[in-house]
Amino acid sequence: MSSTIDAEGKSRRATRRRFLQGGTAVAGGAVLGAGASAAADTDNLPPSIPEWMKAPGEPMGGQPYGTPSPFEKGVVKNISKTLKQYVSASGRTPLQELDGIITPNGLFYERHHGGVPTIDPAQHRLMLHGLVERPLIFTMDDLRRFPSESRIHFLECSGNPGYIKPYGKTASDLVGLVSCAEWTGVSLKLVLQEAGLKPDAKWVVAEGADAAALTRSIPIEKCLEDALLVYSQNGERLRPQQGYPLRLFLPGFEGNMSVKWLRRLHVTAEPTYSREETSKYTDLLPDGTAREFSFYMEAKSIITRPSGGQRLSAPGFHEITGIAWSGHGKIKRVEVSVDDGKSWQDARLQEPVLTRAFTRFRLPWQWDGKPAVIQSRAVDETGYVQPTLAELLAVRGENYFYHNNAIWPWRIAADGEVTNALA
Amino acid sequence: MRWRETCGVAAAIALGAFASEARAQSPYGIGRPATAAEIAGWNIDVGRDGSNLPKGGGSVSHGREVYAQQCASCHGEKGEGGLGDRLAGGQGTIGTAKPIRTVGSYWPYAPTLFDYIRRAMPQNAPQSLSDEEVYAVSAYILNLNGLVGADATLDAKSLAAVKMTNRDSFVGDARPDVKK
Repeated sequence: MSSTIDAEGKSRRATRRRFLQGGTAVAGGAVLGAGASAAADTDNLPPSIPEWMKAPGEPMGGQPYGTPSPFEKGVVKNISKTLKQYVSASGRTPLQELDGIITPNGLFYERHHGGVPTIDPAQHRLMLHGLVERPLIFTMDDLRRFPSESRIHFLECSGNPGYIKPYGKTASDLVGLVSCAEWTGVSLKLVLQEAGLKPDAKWVVAEGADAAALTRSIPIEKCLEDALLVYSQNGERLRPQQGYPLRLFLPGFEGNMSVKWLRRLHVTAEPTYSREETSKYTDLLPDGTAREFSFYMEAKSIITRPSGGQRLSAPGFHEITGIAWSGHGKIKRVEVSVDDGKSWQDARLQEPVLTRAFTRFRLPWQWDGKPAVIQSRAVDETGYVQPTLAELLAVRGENYFYHNNAIWPWRIAADGEVTNALA
Repeated sequence: MRWRETCGVAAAIALGAFASEARAQSPYGIGRPATAAEIAGWNIDVGRDGSNLPKGGGSVSHGREVYAQQCASCHGEKGEGGLGDRLAGGQGTIGTAKPIRTVGSYWPYAPTLFDYIRRAMPQNAPQSLSDEEVYAVSAYILNLNGLVGADATLDAKSLAAVKMTNRDSFVGDARPDVKK
């Protein structure tokens, strides 16, 4: 009996290894593509009974906090291996591996300026001071007593991507510093109201409790419009990488302004002109002037399937799908071209279309097997149309660095290989 | 600042109404008063005009020593950069095809240097330098950029008086900037 079990156990482990290898190939990116390495193994295919039906599976309790299937182990954050240092650095969401509009918490993009602090929520405080009637200090319990609110919004790093070559190979390489989640917290307006704003209150300087003590100035209009003090993301408490236990969230504004590990709100009459809003996160123009306080992320879209690094298995039906978003409100339309920009057709938008959130778009497509260039362009509710890279470069030059919301076309070769058409 | 103008009058009216309404009482009675001492301990924001800079000061010569110990390993002996940002030089390059952004060429306000060094540097031990050391290192970095003399000692007043070369080069956000 025991030898039988051993034999089965070995057999199962061997098969599992083969499938893990197959799984890695899938995660490496193929629209179709899973087949190659698994095709040799037919033991679990019809008419045979799959081995995972012939014995009980893993018992309850092996994973108190669930993790993805081992076959999905290649679906991870896209973190460059060649950064000069990793304390002030970023990691990207693998956009081309994801469906729908919600980014799983473990795959949400990250950008830190002084590493990820480990903060005991019992010892965390939010101080609210400056041009207020009553300077206040809040505990996390205090903040959770306020009326709560949940909203779905995207968050995007201001530099996603830059303007100069080399351009990324995959959707994640290109624009992976954007993600979307449901955020829960308290309206900043309510918290400011608790302290009472003085008439000359025009800005709120937010500071993080990280080693960068990162500081950004937020116009009071935004603070009173739709800003949140967030403690939960996608239903669970914020991850440390996203600001646990508390972050500011400014829908539609460049990501670094949604200050993580938020510990202080300083109400002022003027911006503080911190290093992050002068020497960094300003947009340099060819004439040597630089735009400051450039908050909004403008309308943008990217096709995530088929996209760079993937391969179309065969001519015939393929769904083209991707995501669109705008810091200025709702996506009104996403147009897709499959003929190198000669003609455009409207993609179907996934409902509900939410303000300042990812909007998933889809377009059915018959690929004739010939080389093609496909691309998407977003139009938001203000009527703004996502520009081409050439149009942006003509106005902004190559050293603007931030707020690149260009269209990124994908080239499909006759063998189905998908690559960046601008690279 | 164009953004603020765009938001304009409606927002100002809404804000005015809100501000007077909010002055009355705490609607929820949540939180406790922050004391002056607590605020003083945490409020390290320095304005571009030097407001809230601490007492004391520091010299370029002292700054040279502190810099060698605390900063040079990442930023280079003379601020030429390395693991950390380049800090010196680059004046005259900002409007060219190859801009070199440093404290001397790009930063608009000298007090920001104090603010940033105090809150975030050195990266492995932020908020560990004394105010005098922060003044001194700030003075040394400004000296590396030719903005103060080698014999300078900077305090709140003189740091705020340093005229940065790129000070008047910042403009408002003119987006949307691509016309269809």
